[in-house]
Amino acid sequence: MSDSVRNTIYFAGVALLIIITGFVQSWNTALFILNFGLISAIMALGVNLQWGFAGLFNVGIMGFVALGGLATVLVSMPATPGAWQAGGAPVIGALMLGAATVVAAVILMTKMKAGKLRSFSVFGVLVVGFFVYRGLFDPAVGLIEDIDPAATGYLGGLGLPILFAWPAGGLLAAAVAWLIGKTALGLRSDYLAIATLGISEIIIAVMKNEDWLGRGVKNVVGLPRPAPYEVDLQSNTAFIERANGLGLDAVTASTLWVKLIYAGLFTVVLVILFVMAQRALHSPWGRMMRAIRDNEFAAEAMGKNVTARHLQIFVLGSAVCGIAGAMMTTLDGQLTPGTYQPLRFTFLIWVMVIVGGSGSNLGSVLGGFLIWWLWVMVEPMGSVLMNFVTYGMTDGYWLKDHLLESVAHMRLLTMGLVLLLVLRFSPRGLIPEK
Amino acid sequence: MIDFLNAFVALSNFVLIPAISYGAQLALGALGVTLIYGILRFSNFAHGDTMAFGAMCTILVTWLFQSWGISFGPLPTALLAMPFGILATMGLVLFTDRYVYKFYREQKAKPVILVIVSLGVMFILNGLVRFIIGPNDQRFSDGERFIISVREFKALTGLKEGLAFKTTQGITIVTAVIVVIALFWFLNRTRTGKSMRAYSDNEDLALLSGINPERVVMVTWLIVAALATIAGTLYGLDKSFKPFIFLQLLLPVFAAAIVGGLGSPLGAIAGGFTIAFSEVMITYAWKKVATYVVPEAWAPDTLVQLLSTDYKFAVSFVILIIVLLFRPTGLFAGKSV
Repeated sequence: MSDSVRNTIYFAGVALLIIITGFVQSWNTALFILNFGLISAIMALGVNLQWGFAGLFNVGIMGFVALGGLATVLVSMPATPGAWQAGGAPVIGALMLGAATVVAAVILMTKMKAGKLRSFSVFGVLVVGFFVYRGLFDPAVGLIEDIDPAATGYLGGLGLPILFAWPAGGLLAAAVAWLIGKTALGLRSDYLAIATLGISEIIIAVMKNEDWLGRGVKNVVGLPRPAPYEVDLQSNTAFIERANGLGLDAVTASTLWVKLIYAGLFTVVLVILFVMAQRALHSPWGRMMRAIRDNEFAAEAMGKNVTARHLQIFVLGSAVCGIAGAMMTTLDGQLTPGTYQPLRFTFLIWVMVIVGGSGSNLGSVLGGFLIWWLWVMVEPMGSVLMNFVTYGMTDGYWLKDHLLESVAHMRLLTMGLVLLLVLRFSPRGLIPEK
Repeated sequence: MIDFLNAFVALSNFVLIPAISYGAQLALGALGVTLIYGILRFSNFAHGDTMAFGAMCTILVTWLFQSWGISFGPLPTALLAMPFGILATMGLVLFTDRYVYKFYREQKAKPVILVIVSLGVMFILNGLVRFIIGPNDQRFSDGERFIISVREFKALTGLKEGLAFKTTQGITIVTAVIVVIALFWFLNRTRTGKSMRAYSDNEDLALLSGINPERVVMVTWLIVAALATIAGTLYGLDKSFKPFIFLQLLLPVFAAAIVGGLGSPLGAIAGGFTIAFSEVMITYAWKKVATYVVPEAWAPDTLVQLLSTDYKFAVSFVILIIVLLFRPTGLFAGKSV
């Protein structure tokens, strides 16, 4: 069986799973799985760039995804009236001052000779800079957050169409990835893992607490959409006629239609990124990356700048995750920093990449769809299983209640099991790298 | 003078005591991470969930004891239940080692593959813990709540500031000291401990001198299981037990192990306290202490809090970055593989 036949069978299999879900459950569920599957596939592509191409172990995917989400708010929400006048300039000024302080400390650190004088001046610059920053920052933030806190209380965004947020999310994630890569790359591989784990938690903490930026845990709801609203469609006579012509009622038809529009947009992005990743993999650059991955020392001896190439691909991969994060928040229509969980947004993506086949772009896409489908369907399948297991027990028996209640936690168990089984028995994944 | 005493009491109450007990918990966690790193040579991401599993087993046994009416006087029943939790966790880690990690060890897989494998174990343990005990908060502490409560302390000393010393904090500190002494005695004085250190320092040389690697690995896992259970239970007693908290503890625990120097037990302890003290001191609102110490005219009108408590992760992270940049092998030169 040739590779292409095998791959076609795999993808047809996943398509079949989603279609069966459509028939058994509902088409809304099937399209939901499809949409999130598309987003997951893009995230998996990004992680595959880092891990599959270059062997970089990033466990901070959640942070980059969340940054993409933040970008949607910053780009697409209308600016809060009066917020910029109230405290916009001091906040931006304070942030720039904070950045300048760090830069100044770094310059002092590199330019001055080691010794007491250097330690003292670096420390002094940091301390003074910190207090000036807080002095400027705190009052301005207070002013911004006081503007109608129940509805706004944040700076708002640029009011641009939300599609602009997707590349913006990528850029934002790339900028943060550059910072973190610059410090942690070039050290041991485990350190990058811990550093990315940390930065993702910090990004989430910032998004939860900096109300002036994205309303924190008060959430930003009602983001603009690239698709029409269901309610508008339901009152549109032409749409109702067409829906009736297909034998659907207007409500179902409108929800399906909106989901299909999203699916179309996501597919376009996925195809573009996939083609780019594929071209990159087979270019001289991609070969160099894999050479570095397989033997850093040999590659370095051949004159390749390993750290710089690592930084490059780390930034690229994180940018892809940022784009996917922006798309996901667009689909949700709201930014809810409280819902970002590392198990769901970091480790699940890793399962996708490993199961699909690290180093293979097609594999990552397949893994994205397959594992996402499994993630959603484990719960209904688990409850069927548990009903079967507890069939013989009397109602109200504590074990029966407990087992039925705990079905929701089967997901993590299943994912861990899938990951371990694939690593053990098929470590190259479903579609191995060539 | 009285002002200084008051300031010191406030400082102890809000900074020193919490930081010491938190530091002890982190140090115990970091010791587990660092031992695995030293002997098995990978960063065990499942360690947080091993702690959760151990604490969960202890909680279940505690509830059983409580329903039987067994108690430990003024001390929490969980202390009696802890040995059983440790045994269960030992069984668990030996099981995962036998059926999961051993395969890769024999293959001499790259460390990063083992890290990914430990992610899989983390998922399973996390699911298992939630499956058995549920995702909610569990309270299982009983016995006396305080060694000294604020009211008693004020009556005793006549100071304006009160000092509360919770039983759980006292137990944490005492237990940690005992465990650390026992661990160092074991590593430095016993034959098995010495063979572990030899194996960690130089694997080939240790094998040549006839040390059985599988035995070393097994003993390591047993110790790690005990440390993880103790750390998890103490943390659960002192704060509260919630499965996902242990996933979040992973970051400060790892930061402590790396700051101290991965593979160095002494470093893990130093790292634990470094992280704990910086976290507590940077997120503490110093207003109360400052009002006592500085002259009245300078008394601060803000909270004098450097960072809000929500950013405590950022503190461990920044320390981690600083140490990585300036001393990549940690305070107590650890390994770099």
